[in-house]
Amino acid sequence: MSKMIAGRLTRLVLTLLVVSFVTFVGVNVLPGDAINALIPIEAQQDQEFVEQVREEWGLNDPMIVRYGRWLGDAVQGDLGDSIVTGQPVTDEITHRLPITLEIMFVAIGLSLLLAIPIGLLSAYREGRRPDRVISGVAQVGLSMPIFVTGLILIYVFALKLHWFPATGWNRLSNGIGPNLKTVALPALSLAITEVAVYTRVLRSDVITTLKENYILSARAKGLTDRYILFRHGLRPSLLTLVTVVGLSVGTLIGGTLVVEYLFAIPGLGKRIFSAIYQRDFMMVQGITILITAFYVVINTVVDLAYMVVDPRIRRTS
Amino acid sequence: MSSTPLTTTAVGPATEEGDSALRAGRFARALVGFGKMPWLTKCCSLWLIIVVLAAVLADVIPGLPDPNYQGFIFGEAKTNDGPSASHWLGTDNVSRDILSRLIYGARVSLIFSISGVCIGVFVGCVLGSISGFLQGFADSALMSFVDVMLSFPALVGLLFVSTMLESRGLATLCLITAIFIWPRFTRVGRAAALSVAGQDFVTAAKAIGTSRRRILVREILPNVFPAVLAFGLVSMAILVILESTLSFLGLGVEIPTASWGGMIAQARQDLLINVWPLIWPSVTLVFTVYSFNNIVDWLRERVAVRSAAL
Repeated sequence: MSKMIAGRLTRLVLTLLVVSFVTFVGVNVLPGDAINALIPIEAQQDQEFVEQVREEWGLNDPMIVRYGRWLGDAVQGDLGDSIVTGQPVTDEITHRLPITLEIMFVAIGLSLLLAIPIGLLSAYREGRRPDRVISGVAQVGLSMPIFVTGLILIYVFALKLHWFPATGWNRLSNGIGPNLKTVALPALSLAITEVAVYTRVLRSDVITTLKENYILSARAKGLTDRYILFRHGLRPSLLTLVTVVGLSVGTLIGGTLVVEYLFAIPGLGKRIFSAIYQRDFMMVQGITILITAFYVVINTVVDLAYMVVDPRIRRTS
Repeated sequence: MSSTPLTTTAVGPATEEGDSALRAGRFARALVGFGKMPWLTKCCSLWLIIVVLAAVLADVIPGLPDPNYQGFIFGEAKTNDGPSASHWLGTDNVSRDILSRLIYGARVSLIFSISGVCIGVFVGCVLGSISGFLQGFADSALMSFVDVMLSFPALVGLLFVSTMLESRGLATLCLITAIFIWPRFTRVGRAAALSVAGQDFVTAAKAIGTSRRRILVREILPNVFPAVLAFGLVSMAILVILESTLSFLGLGVEIPTASWGGMIAQARQDLLINVWPLIWPSVTLVFTVYSFNNIVDWLRERVAVRSAAL
């Protein structure tokens, strides 16, 4: 067991190393010289000045040296300074990360809140009308790109009904009410796809569970359907659901990016977007690493949790 | 989840030709079973056929206006116009014909997703087969690399590469997308190859001294192909969404080339004045993605029923 955890952790570190290196090489190999972000094109006539700035930022060193330097600082929690604003990348991240995380967690919470009862109902009524309707709607939900869902929500709830603002963000420090108002539509846009995914997984999982003998014996004991469904039917599926949620974090990150763009929310996604445009390689590098680390760590935790909960996996692998 | 191969569960019969022929046959029969489709799936297939035809024939459809022609400059059309005889679905906020842009947008969407799937299927079959059959060091090295690639949020990576590029032709877009989708295909291909490699006809081929290359080409590849192709079908919907998302963010094909995501992005500016330029591409996009999903689900059910019956 401890050997396996050690193995997973080694792989986690290796993955982060490779991803950071690939991003670093990517930023440096692709067209678009960082010097353009540092000095305006007009000022680049002065060769001596350009050379001086290059030296100052260490742009003349071989790539591998620069990577080593960056990595050395990064493991100490210093992701360098933005080459556009001059601010430390870490500051910018700590300022914006809570926003992105809030949207993601509200979206996941909302999805689970909706998906669990819907999925259970669908499985309980397998093949009958409620199930057919739910499955049909879920299929449509799966087919909706996030920006289309978001635009529909903006049109209906912001522009027509004026219930929520169409764009912008209120920090939690401005009070929980205004904050919830700004998080509602973005989170809902993300949640609609996720509800469809979770409902489908839960439905097929619970259908298999309901065919087990212990469900039959629970019925024979005279337990109510509701009790059986929630206590005996749902429980084994929770594990699957946790895995799916873990896996969906990857898509959610991409989705949050789109949603932040759509609703003009000053989160990490919006920042990486502008950083890429400005060729702010330090910022891009820092945020990419953070996002990947987040994703990889969550997946590792899900894997490990799985092993802890289900002894069969421990034994076979 | 969607990454499970669809057709690898069947147990092969005695002969190798029989097995692969059976698989291929089952797959083909499942594809052409149009008559047995539920009505909704029929609608979906019809819709996809229409989309494909429109995309292929866009240049020769009689009377179809140029998708980039702005009639209002010459006083021939109005901006944000409703449906009329000359513009069946109306015009957008710079007076271009919406129907025509939808049709040309279908072309971008289909070229992007089909070429993405083709590259994915090819790489997935070849690398997956080799990796799953040979195993050993090359296999674990490749799979670790695949793991790393998969831990990279694809949309972030795509945004990153496509912004860095100075020109964004359709071909470049397809290529950079391929960088991010091949790992999934390879994983599916490897899983299929692993299950094939353990079957008796492969052992038999080994026993009579068939060379490894020949086994790979004649036994493994043909059996891996259907599984990877099935995954390719599943990926079509995802790729159509991906293309439209990129275009929506302004990182797809360059403006003014028509694309569904780009049309939605443009319609967004005038949302309160005229909502139709938003509705048409959205409905087209969602229904196309829905059609792919619906057909794949139907195929999945059929193949599952068939392999259970065998």
